[in-house]
Amino acid sequence: MAKIAHAAAATAAKPGVDVGFIFKKALISALVALVLFSLMIGVRTEAGPEGQLIYWTRFGDLAGMVGAVFVGSIVVELLRRWWGPVDTPRLMPEGARKTLSVAGRAVAPILLIFTILVPVIFYDQRYILDLGILVLTYVMLGWGLNIVVGLAGLLDLGYVAFYAVGAYSYALLATNFGLSFWICLPLAGILAAFWGVLLGFPVLRLRGDYLAIVTLAFGEIIRLVIINWQSLTGGPNGISGIPRPTLFGIPLVAGENGLAAKLGIAFSPSQRLVFLFYLILALALLTNWATIRLRRLPIGRAWEALREDEVACRALGINTTTTKLTAFATGAMFGGFAGAFFATRQGFISPESFTFQESALVLAIVVLGGMGSQLGVALAALTLIGGFELFRGLDQFRMLVFGLSMVLLMVWRPRGLIGHRAPTVFLERNQAISSDLVKEGHG
Amino acid sequence: MSGNGDILRVDGLTMRFGGIIAVNELSFAAERGKITALIGPNGAGKTTVFNCITGFYRPSAGEISLTHPGGESFRLDKLNDFRITKIAKVARTFQNIRLFAGMTALENLMVAQHNKLMLASGLTFLGLIGAPSWRAAEKQAIERATFWLERIGLKDRADDAAGNLPYGDQRRLEIARAMCTDPVLLCLDEPAAGLNARESAALSELLLSIRDDHATSVLLIEHDMSVVMEISDAIVVLDYGVKIAEGTPQQIRDDQRVIAAYLGVEDEEVEAVEQELGL
Repeated sequence: MAKIAHAAAATAAKPGVDVGFIFKKALISALVALVLFSLMIGVRTEAGPEGQLIYWTRFGDLAGMVGAVFVGSIVVELLRRWWGPVDTPRLMPEGARKTLSVAGRAVAPILLIFTILVPVIFYDQRYILDLGILVLTYVMLGWGLNIVVGLAGLLDLGYVAFYAVGAYSYALLATNFGLSFWICLPLAGILAAFWGVLLGFPVLRLRGDYLAIVTLAFGEIIRLVIINWQSLTGGPNGISGIPRPTLFGIPLVAGENGLAAKLGIAFSPSQRLVFLFYLILALALLTNWATIRLRRLPIGRAWEALREDEVACRALGINTTTTKLTAFATGAMFGGFAGAFFATRQGFISPESFTFQESALVLAIVVLGGMGSQLGVALAALTLIGGFELFRGLDQFRMLVFGLSMVLLMVWRPRGLIGHRAPTVFLERNQAISSDLVKEGHG
Repeated sequence: MSGNGDILRVDGLTMRFGGIIAVNELSFAAERGKITALIGPNGAGKTTVFNCITGFYRPSAGEISLTHPGGESFRLDKLNDFRITKIAKVARTFQNIRLFAGMTALENLMVAQHNKLMLASGLTFLGLIGAPSWRAAEKQAIERATFWLERIGLKDRADDAAGNLPYGDQRRLEIARAMCTDPVLLCLDEPAAGLNARESAALSELLLSIRDDHATSVLLIEHDMSVVMEISDAIVVLDYGVKIAEGTPQQIRDDQRVIAAYLGVEDEEVEAVEQELGL
């Protein structure tokens, strides 16, 4: 072990390819694989017809496995040196690295253009459109939670509560008072923000683990209230018949009054999906725009300063109470918007949609994306939600493969997909700040 | 004393932590437009006094009052921590540097102008729509930050993360950050700690310029006696939470009790000193 560490230190010291080290490491891995697999794969045992033990050898398979480990180890080591941390020597040629960095900057615009074109390309594929809507909903939730966790550094495990408040606000206002989606949307946001402030007050003095526990409890309280307040929320039966959104009063249905008839085109059920897709895209982009804007305003800088050092904030005359509450309220508001959208998309909501698992998923998206990074959160939502679907063919191994890939990703990039922080203001050079310096916040 | 008057008056300040009396019946005054140093051996209660003045502790007893040049008076022992900086205009630095390490030097100075910028951004709403008045205020804030970066010689590192700066630069940046809050009284907790001789000299020069050019009074805790003796106008000496001497650097240098507190005394002298102090 110490020898390997020593060898690693030696390679780190001198840049360039160290074939010997990589080869040696691969050899050690292969040896370990040989020892492990010789019994697991090399010898196959089974109970015979009379209960006796019969065995046969599979040396071909064993050789294949060991060979795979050997080659795999070399590949992994090479990859690690290409994409690894800054201080590891780079093997990739300068030209290729430049191309990659240009490509890196182009990711966000390309992703946005592709997203806008999704309904055009996949117009008839209901599955893709549904998946797209789902991914965008989580992108929006991730961006909303990013304000609280990524910027202000307040660990919130009960974010789903605001999602639920938004969904139920819209569902109740629409079914009881017949208010339209466009009136309910801001109301749902305001109500969720109000609950955000309500949660904020008791947790102002809490930090870290304690804050996480209280926010977790808050999420559960909201869910339990929804389940038990049958007269208002319908309890476990949920609320059904939630009106679908309209395009400024024109419903997207077949028939005389529908949008298709007014435009003089044939009605197709896809039209409503496309509309929902662009609706959630617009809402998500609004969240993104607001966050980018807020980061450059004093309130956003105060959030980040709060994450870095709360004591220093107070010494600079910043009211940390209102700063925390605004972070909770702003994050909750976007959660409320997303909730209202969720209700109108589903047409039916029940407490089952707002379990702790949702909070955990959204938090995983934020952490995986790189706390505070907008692009990272979007990529993480795509990876997580898309990953669920991608591995669908693996049946019972789906969660296993999925969990394993999560673990590997966090080992690879412990600070998330996009680990560095972009400054909010600069004099001459707009250079990213290494994640080693950026704090994660302590509640 | 000269006609400037006192900016800070501490009267009978006592701070108890359980059974321990960290500061006992301390009274002193800091004159406006002067540099007042608070010195004493380790554990004398200097930082506790600072924490009381800047609102991080609420004193067990006593009064701390601050008078602005306009005559407005504030009871610091009754104000909340952040209001002491926001309203009473007292800024401080910390013994262990507390910069926002993951933010750039420029961002650190922008955060310090939070309250002014918050008003200018119409509590965020004007800023969100990018109103011209907000843009102008932001530009002004950047100019002010740039001025201070230039003043401490860090303009070419404005866009570097504060945590990446050398130690001495971080110390100066923390002082610049405190100055960006427009203080009338600047409290510095061991600003020369860990600095080399050249950096200490630059620090002395910076503090004198803060006093003379920016109309800010300075209250200073410091162990580096070359800095204290060079720039202080008045010195207050604490030992075991009690003031044992007060005066000009020359008076303090010759004071027997101060020498005793720092260097220790012969056994027979202890009783005499204790009697004198009424212990």
